Amino acid sequence: MNPTSEQGVSRHDPEPAPLALRRAVEATGFRVSENEARGVAAIQGERHAAVVPQATEATAEDAAAQERDREYRRLRSKFVVAALIALPVVIVSYPAYVPGLMTLSKEATRLMWAVTAVAVLPVLFYSGGHFFTGAWHALRHRSADMNTLIALGTSAAWLYSVVAVAFPTLFPPGTAEPFFDVVAVVVALVVLGQVLELRAKGRSSEAIRKLMGLQAKTARVIRDSVERDLPVEEVLVDDIVVVRPGEKVPVDGVVQDGHSSIDESMITGEPIPVEKREGDQVIGATINKTGSFRFRATKVGKDTALAQIVRMVQEAQGSKAPIQRLVDVVAGYFVPAVMLIAIAAFVVWFVVGPYPSLTYALVVAVTVLIIACPCALGLATPMSLMVGVGKAAEKGILIRNGEALQQAQGLNAVVLDKTGTITLGKPSLTDVVTAGGFSEEELVRLAASVERSSEHPLAQAIVEGAQIRGYDVVDPEEFEAVPGYGVAARVDGRNVRLGNVAYMRQLDVDLGDLELRSVTLADQGKTPMFVVIDGQAAGIVGVADTVKRDSLLAIRRLQQMGLEVIMITGDNRRTAEAIAGEVGITRVLAEVLPQDKANQVRLLQAEGRKVAMVGDGINDAPALAQADVGMAIGTGTDVAIEASNITLITGSLGGVVTAVEVSRATMRNIKQNLFGAFIYNGLGIPVAAGLLYPIFGALLSPLIAGAAMAFSSVTVVTNANRLRLFEPTRLDGHVPEAEEVTA
Amino acid sequence: MTSWDVAVILGGLGLGALVIWYFWLSSSSAVKAAAVDGVQELTVVVKGGYTPDTIVVKRGRPVRLNFIRQESDSCSEMVLFPDFNRSAQLPEGETVPIEFTPETVGEFGFQCQMGMFRGRLIVES
Repeated sequence: MNPTSEQGVSRHDPEPAPLALRRAVEATGFRVSENEARGVAAIQGERHAAVVPQATEATAEDAAAQERDREYRRLRSKFVVAALIALPVVIVSYPAYVPGLMTLSKEATRLMWAVTAVAVLPVLFYSGGHFFTGAWHALRHRSADMNTLIALGTSAAWLYSVVAVAFPTLFPPGTAEPFFDVVAVVVALVVLGQVLELRAKGRSSEAIRKLMGLQAKTARVIRDSVERDLPVEEVLVDDIVVVRPGEKVPVDGVVQDGHSSIDESMITGEPIPVEKREGDQVIGATINKTGSFRFRATKVGKDTALAQIVRMVQEAQGSKAPIQRLVDVVAGYFVPAVMLIAIAAFVVWFVVGPYPSLTYALVVAVTVLIIACPCALGLATPMSLMVGVGKAAEKGILIRNGEALQQAQGLNAVVLDKTGTITLGKPSLTDVVTAGGFSEEELVRLAASVERSSEHPLAQAIVEGAQIRGYDVVDPEEFEAVPGYGVAARVDGRNVRLGNVAYMRQLDVDLGDLELRSVTLADQGKTPMFVVIDGQAAGIVGVADTVKRDSLLAIRRLQQMGLEVIMITGDNRRTAEAIAGEVGITRVLAEVLPQDKANQVRLLQAEGRKVAMVGDGINDAPALAQADVGMAIGTGTDVAIEASNITLITGSLGGVVTAVEVSRATMRNIKQNLFGAFIYNGLGIPVAAGLLYPIFGALLSPLIAGAAMAFSSVTVVTNANRLRLFEPTRLDGHVPEAEEVTA
Repeated sequence: MTSWDVAVILGGLGLGALVIWYFWLSSSSAVKAAAVDGVQELTVVVKGGYTPDTIVVKRGRPVRLNFIRQESDSCSEMVLFPDFNRSAQLPEGETVPIEFTPETVGEFGFQCQMGMFRGRLIVES
């Protein structure tokens, strides 16, 4: 360790610095930080920033934003200089129309133009300097870009003008007129376009910045029985972290003691706060609402859910949609092709054009070079993709890449797994039938008290059902499980038994019409349990896996959007049909073995459908992989990200709706952009080349070409940014905007 | 047709041929990534393009490409390897490593976000 540099390096295994080492170092007044990637524990003094993997992602984004800001200011001052010079240059370029200049002698006018030639040099080499350096660097790589076109166009105009002013006798009489206004105005306009574009681009990465901004800065950690505030980067796995009301949960972990409700909307998109108690998972960056609790950190740094989400969104934003392939081919040939068109236009105008042909030829060639906008073409897809993927992430939907997004847009069938996707995936108390004069409270309270000692999931459902209804559940005495039949116990001195119909027969209880009611419940896919109190039939409690809160509305919306919704399940047909009927699904694939789910998806694809499979990322992995789009639902972020094209962090089926809506909106936006860019270049270049001249006698001014070019790329970026305003349909049936429904 | 016309036609044809040859027909030479401790590593300078822009690597071994961006033009602020699902922001003057392991032989492109700057990654067996 070298104390003078306040930095030391000790090599050891690629694991976090052991606590003993950490404590030893901290005792000397230094701080320890991890850099697991290199297996190096750098020991740094207080004044040094900690080097932590997760911090670097945030700083890279910060650095990019700062850099963009610097570039913005640089371009802005370039624009101001160009604009200030362009104004007088435009005035002196048309002496025939300006009072005071129209009376100047030929010699005086030439002198004025000579001064102008020098005056526009700062525009060319300061304001437009980056066009020339950019063009030169590109040229050395045997490539050409927008810089090449602008540099060629403006320098050709300047050179021609200088020759025209210096050697007017070389030109036919009356044609030796300079175009310094073209040089100054085009540079000013294109730089202005770049300024605006940069501004708009900054906004398109807003989603990522928002996500990163969610990260807590500090954590209150208990070490050696002392609470201390540490920068969040220094929290280690297994640290005990204290969270008070109103504070952010700093990292991922499991609650040790205490309970609270936590607002997880920023990660899951779920608006209702979630109750957390001992043993529950908490996610970093969520906000603790009411109570205090302690939790054990399980994931820190780059492993937290937030860090994984950020990484995935960044990767998706940088990926390519298949639609981009065509654009790539075009972009590869675009700029040299424009140069060829400019050369051809020059030759044609020179040879067959009207008098003065040299002037026309030059103006036309320069206009072609300037109007062509490779930027609009190149920006069209990536900008929309970036905004669309970011928007989806804000709503708790992680789209893996551009291909997944494009596929999701073209879907026409959605296969939903039943258990855990349409339904909650765990049983709950759904029906209470009373008999023999017992009240519902009495029945449920006594049944739940008996079941309190049972670990069976159905028993848990009854206990929870009683708690939700606010009934006081007590501990039973003399609890006894009768395998295959039911349970029995004494509660409040009463003899309570719960069980199936066979148990009732064994006990010889008179069921009356309860037996018929139980068959009805079973037909609905529910599990009925008879309750007997002091030897008398008291009623039935029915337990079933219930449909999630918004499954019905989500499925109806999917159907409205023109998607066929199909349910797939391993359950028997009766239960499956019951659930399907409840949520409005008509096509049910029941009794499908887990390994056959992928095959069923394949069969649907063979019918010519584009199929999305929605299921949990674990059991349904092969089917998710087989589908055109695999959507993993509500399984957190770990497994799902690996197995699926789209991950829905919330458990709600509303996520499927939003995912399809975002994909459609984004692809629509991309197509608008591409259409605009192709039309712009496809019309602009021929018009600039003078195609309309023989018919209408109209020729495009290079000044207008400069303005058109500058604003075409701004338009593309602005249109992409329009996606930021996208709002998915709220599932209470309210459609926020006039969104077309493809039925 | 005057002699000027003929000269301009010939000049135009010549210039056109030069453009076609320079940008489309000639190709730059490939650079092999050097293997250090089993990692194939190479530094790529970003300045008006990628230097080198054709990189040859071996299949199945990790690749680390260190990108250094030496310009402020916002076009090149991101580099993408779409076939490997990798992308990175390139802050000016900083070395940004991109790591992945190519598993299939073939030719893959890398590029800036807009596709103006392009490079090729050739994976050999």
